[in-house]
Amino acid sequence: MVKSGTIILNTAARFLMPLQLMFSVFLLLRGHDEPGGGFIAGLVAAGAFTLYLLAFGVSATKEVLRMVDPRDLIGVGLLLGMISVLPSWFMGQPFLTAQWWTIPVVEFKASTPLIFDIGVYLAVLGSVVGMVMALMEVDKDEP
Amino acid sequence: MQFAVLMGFVLAALAPLMHRWFADRTSWVLALFPALIAGWLFSQAPTIIEEGSLLLEWQWVPSLGISLTFLLDGLSLLFGLLITVIGACVFIYAGGYLKGHPDIARFHIALMAFMVSMLGLVLADGLVTLFIFWELTSITSYLLIGFNHADLQARKSARQGLFVTFAGGLALMAGLVLLGVASDSWSLSDIRAMETDLRDHALYTPMLICLLLGAFTKSAQFPFHFWLPNAMAAPTPVSAYLHSATMVKAGIYLLARLQPELGGTALWVGILSLVGGTTLLVGAFLAIHHTNVKKLLAYSTIMALGTLTMLLGIGTEYAMTAFVTFLLAHSLYKGALFMVAGNLDHETGTKDVTAMGGLRPLMPVTAMIALVAALSLAGVPPMFGFIAKELQFEAVLGAEGYRGLLVPFVFISAVLTIAVAAIIALRPFYGTRRQTPKVPHEAPFSMLIGPGLLSVGSVVFGIAPAMFGADALLTSAASAVAGQPVEITLSLWYGVNLALIMSVVSLGLGFLLFKYWDNVRARLSLLAPIMRHGPEAGYEHLLNGVVQFSEWQTRILQNGYMRNYILVMLVVLIALIGNSILVRHSPLIAFDLDVRFHEIIVVGTMTMSALFATITRSRLGAVASVGIMGFSIALVFILFSAPDLGITQLLVETLTVILLVLVLFRLPRFSHLSTNLERIRDGSVAAMMGILMFLLIMTAWSIDQFESISTYMVENSAPLAHGRNIVNVILVDYRALDTLGEMFVLALAAIGVIAMLKLRHEPESPKTAAEGSKTDTKEPYDG
Repeated sequence: MVKSGTIILNTAARFLMPLQLMFSVFLLLRGHDEPGGGFIAGLVAAGAFTLYLLAFGVSATKEVLRMVDPRDLIGVGLLLGMISVLPSWFMGQPFLTAQWWTIPVVEFKASTPLIFDIGVYLAVLGSVVGMVMALMEVDKDEP
Repeated sequence: MQFAVLMGFVLAALAPLMHRWFADRTSWVLALFPALIAGWLFSQAPTIIEEGSLLLEWQWVPSLGISLTFLLDGLSLLFGLLITVIGACVFIYAGGYLKGHPDIARFHIALMAFMVSMLGLVLADGLVTLFIFWELTSITSYLLIGFNHADLQARKSARQGLFVTFAGGLALMAGLVLLGVASDSWSLSDIRAMETDLRDHALYTPMLICLLLGAFTKSAQFPFHFWLPNAMAAPTPVSAYLHSATMVKAGIYLLARLQPELGGTALWVGILSLVGGTTLLVGAFLAIHHTNVKKLLAYSTIMALGTLTMLLGIGTEYAMTAFVTFLLAHSLYKGALFMVAGNLDHETGTKDVTAMGGLRPLMPVTAMIALVAALSLAGVPPMFGFIAKELQFEAVLGAEGYRGLLVPFVFISAVLTIAVAAIIALRPFYGTRRQTPKVPHEAPFSMLIGPGLLSVGSVVFGIAPAMFGADALLTSAASAVAGQPVEITLSLWYGVNLALIMSVVSLGLGFLLFKYWDNVRARLSLLAPIMRHGPEAGYEHLLNGVVQFSEWQTRILQNGYMRNYILVMLVVLIALIGNSILVRHSPLIAFDLDVRFHEIIVVGTMTMSALFATITRSRLGAVASVGIMGFSIALVFILFSAPDLGITQLLVETLTVILLVLVLFRLPRFSHLSTNLERIRDGSVAAMMGILMFLLIMTAWSIDQFESISTYMVENSAPLAHGRNIVNVILVDYRALDTLGEMFVLALAAIGVIAMLKLRHEPESPKTAAEGSKTDTKEPYDG
């Protein structure tokens, strides 16, 4: 039912998707201090893929995603969320206590909340894209 | 020890792998594990006998006071040794009995898991730990009874056992909670060391009744006994292990464990004596109805369990001694007899004793084992069973309450038990040779060593009770049950007394009953119409009732219509919120008319779009207006300077509209289905909900019940959490556990949506259908 888009939508999507994805990473990384964060960034990235899906359809989007299945992203996201728990456990501190490290050369603040946030990002992205893709595939199967 | 128990679960998981490495020898390798634990327990015996008890602590979450603590005293040591020694025998036996069975690995998983659960149950010190292991034994025994899952009867029996023991498990949980509340302690050793007497506590009666319900269902006491004979659908090694030596004794264990704290009251003595007495009579009486050798043994086990309960009820020093002695004797001979029954079944292909005969020349070792074990069951000297029976008679003769009732009960059941023993030991092996479905020959070595060992135990402990320190161990166990030191001497000869005379007379009568068993059974079959109205019929009625009730309430509450669910939820919400806001608190509305013009515009837009969404006949229009409402909410967030929420709202709204549009095309044409009356009802429910929410928000806004924690969060987010965006800090640091949970919810929802959409549209090509059936028949554990 949802036809691949018009020329304007196609062109816009082709240029907007990389920009949106870059913006989502930007939102993700700055989220701890400025408006942003994993959830919002995940939604923005999901929006990027949804736009591409609407413009070019499921099979083209799958080619863009290459080997990555959105469902796997959900799993990886949850796994990262769980992994971020481990350092505090290892240090003998209460569950989910945040750990902070500064990477020397680039002065980048690495932390377990960041790993956790990346997990949120991937889980949100995978969930939304997976659902939209599944819905659009239903359309494709219909005569 | 804790390590050993946890290790057992790991071993259970590894069992399929071990089958790949060791093939048929796996059961021997697995049997090493209980044997090692038995060795360790045995090495602890001198300490326990000297000092009384040993506490093995293993801190788990010290800050919450959660630990896995094991209490090792005479009672748990006796049980632990029974579980591990008989466990080792059963593992070896099962290897022979199920040789070549495709699912033997699955069997080993369940059996190993059961064994360590049982071990954990008798060793647990914490009430919660005890309960967890208790339920684990129920679950693993369900898997074991239903091992032949293709058989409807096995599934039904497994479910029956599970339901009965779980129902009791619920009562037990309530009882343990009451016990914990009453004693203000969650550890058995603390409760034992306590000064106050629980018997005087106000909660004593409800607590005792709950605990007894749990114990009685687990230990198949009348009127819950019916699940045990049905559980004989399990493979015979399971019956030998769970339904004679271990699991059914869990309830007995619990009673014995609590006897020093809760026992001795009129209520305790009355319930335990009467229920135990009834159970032993009913078990012995029903046993001689059956010709199926496993059913015979099952009913005789019920009789034994009744005896144990009754002895705990009598509560004298003699009764405690009789209790532990009978416990050991019964486990030895009944385990052996079940395995003999397994040998008969395995080699002849039938379980009906009347269809067998003259097997002794063909199966000499099995016949010998059966004879020894049956003599112990009948209580013939010099077997250990004789000592147990003498003590039991003594205890009943010395009972303080209900003696007039219990003595004849015990005497009659002794006569019946002797008949049962004779039926099992003599009927299949002597007399004329009969044709059986299989051509019988002696069972393999692995199926003889286990029962052989147990029968040897019956003889050795009978002749020399002091062998291997058995009498010291039993004394220690009896002292643990009595709660004070008990002095006992076990010997075969106590002199000529009333108990001995009862023994001799019952032997004669029992043998007579065996002689005329066929006639007696024919007479008893006349009772069949009455028997049909037993407790099992009650269980069936209850189960059907539950099924009917759930069908009815599913039809009413979950009929598959979205509108119905929403209506029910809203009505419940209105009732609950309305009750608390209008009845318990008075609604407070403090209007603050400091409203800006742009705020009125935003709220007006929201109201208009909500109204439009409900009255429009165009779906796309409704979606768009709901979208407008969402964007207006985002605007509100931004106006109140919450950019994060605003962004999130915008993005969620956008994606929601896209998802809705994708779904929208799939809906049928728009039409009015509800009558005017229904629309008025729905409208009023919606209006009431709106008004209530308004009142709720206004009231909540004007009441300051708790101090807001947002100041703490604002102040600490930068110094402690290294972040200036408080919303994000809350999400990933302060409330990270909540977020983690929400991630899982989101993932599950997404997987659910994907699965539903994909499954519906998976083309049913013949190729995938063939693959599907192939994976079905493939054995999951063929290793």
